[in-house]
Amino acid sequence: MANYYQKEIETMPYEQLRQLQNERLVKQVRHVWDNVPYYRAKMQEKGVTPDDIHGVEDLHKLPFLKKDDLREAYPYGLMGKPLSECVRIQSTSGTTGKRVVAFYTQHDIDLWEDCCARAIVAAGGTKEDVVHVAYGYGLFTGGPGLNGGSHRVGCLTLPLSSGNTERQLQFMTDLGSTILCCTPSYALYLAESIHEKGIQDQIKLKAGIFGAEAWTEDMRRDIENKLGIKAYDIYGLTETSGPGVAYECEAQTGMHINEDHFIAEIIDPDTGEVLPEGSKGELVFTAIDKEAFPLLRYRTRDICVLSREKCPCGRTHVKMSKPMGRSDDMLIIRGVNVFPSQIETVLLQQGYAANYQIIVDRVNNTDTFEIMVEMNPGMFSDSLAKITQAEKQLVDALKSMLGIAAKVKLVTPKSITRSEGKAVRVIDKRKLY
Amino acid sequence: MNIHQISVFLENRTGQLAQITGLLAQAHVDIRAISIAETADYGLARMIVDDSYKASSILLQHGDILSMTPVWAVEVPDTPGGLSDLLSVLAERHVDVEYMYSLFTHREGRAYMVMKVTDEAKFLGVLGEHRIKVMTKAELGLK
Repeated sequence: MANYYQKEIETMPYEQLRQLQNERLVKQVRHVWDNVPYYRAKMQEKGVTPDDIHGVEDLHKLPFLKKDDLREAYPYGLMGKPLSECVRIQSTSGTTGKRVVAFYTQHDIDLWEDCCARAIVAAGGTKEDVVHVAYGYGLFTGGPGLNGGSHRVGCLTLPLSSGNTERQLQFMTDLGSTILCCTPSYALYLAESIHEKGIQDQIKLKAGIFGAEAWTEDMRRDIENKLGIKAYDIYGLTETSGPGVAYECEAQTGMHINEDHFIAEIIDPDTGEVLPEGSKGELVFTAIDKEAFPLLRYRTRDICVLSREKCPCGRTHVKMSKPMGRSDDMLIIRGVNVFPSQIETVLLQQGYAANYQIIVDRVNNTDTFEIMVEMNPGMFSDSLAKITQAEKQLVDALKSMLGIAAKVKLVTPKSITRSEGKAVRVIDKRKLY
Repeated sequence: MNIHQISVFLENRTGQLAQITGLLAQAHVDIRAISIAETADYGLARMIVDDSYKASSILLQHGDILSMTPVWAVEVPDTPGGLSDLLSVLAERHVDVEYMYSLFTHREGRAYMVMKVTDEAKFLGVLGEHRIKVMTKAELGLK
């Protein structure tokens, strides 16, 4: 039997939902036009005014926003409310030096947490549950999002954050966690640690809500078998709020997009043309209810398919498939977004040639991340200590830019393979899609 | 007078050192001393060669990264305790040795150490006081 957090909204008949979207979109476009000069200029450039937008059918007339826009408008250029109305920021990687900073009013936090609460209830959560949040807390949206959702449902919330597996397992057994929230690779890692310790009988988990990185159906079965739970997918991005933009129900055949807050479109990533339902293309979101950071037609760069097929769970909101790839070169490593251009920025800043190669793999369910850097004559010396120090400086600069540690491997200049003049920057050995 | 040491970056890859010594062999460069320092991920080879200008040109041309460092070649008696005596007098006067290794050259009961020290002026002073000989390039047959 399906459970809902906000039944009326989650099962709202399509026509009524569409009507709600029309009203909210018209209002939102006006709000953005009045308060976000950066986007107004984009609209003017396209010759569109709020008067041209009467509903979802006019959405295609609006200009797109891309990650680069967030960089150009950093930090305040896309805000729809004065700072005094904002209560929170969250942040994620930008394409180069500047991070993306998203602002939230209390209303924005409320709707985000509602979305996460829907995901928890869809995974079988009730106020009797113990929700174990092993997503990172802080600038990353994973921890705060699920934490807030769990409060709303009334669950006992364990804010473990990421890492420290021993402590995770101790809380999980001592306090009887029933719903685990973390990245799927960390879930597998935890599962294997549980088996190694032989403490399966002390684990009370029944469900898991896993996201922030790509995972396959095989991985889902593996997690479900090893932990004896149902594993649910969750999707989101900081730019649109965080996890919970879309979430899986018990049917496990795609993630329902919270359409009362976000309008989804699928476009051709090359031409920007909107594609008919059922086509595979790039996912674009328009936030129609957010105040402080109201992005319209934001290009996620995630490739997926939308489906409006009737769902046995009773929810009427459109479902998105698992992302099937990216239309840019972003990598997700241990749940953290990494752009090769960020690495290039650090190398140039530190006086290295922008010749590098990223090698990503998954070993024992943990992503390995190695960057091959061509040794620079200037940092070479007859002293090993000096070279090691220069290397450490580079490792630290990369970590501070990327938010995760990379292993740097120094190689001889010009030794990194170039194929037909174009360097192969990324070798991703993981099979994620 | 000091002598010149060539240090070459070594990627942690099979055959790296063979490649470098191979290049020098082809050019008839004689390696008179070599020492390898390594970390888990990479290494460096320090060498004294008979013709450091020729050697460095060849290696640079090949795309290797190298640096040229002035170091000292010091004569020590080739007898038990010879090296220990030298190091003891340096230690007494707080002259730190960053690294050292030996030259292949031996002559009439004499051996030669390549040394890099922290305080060169003090180092030379101590050697002078103890009449320890510092070898010149010419004496070692280096260009």
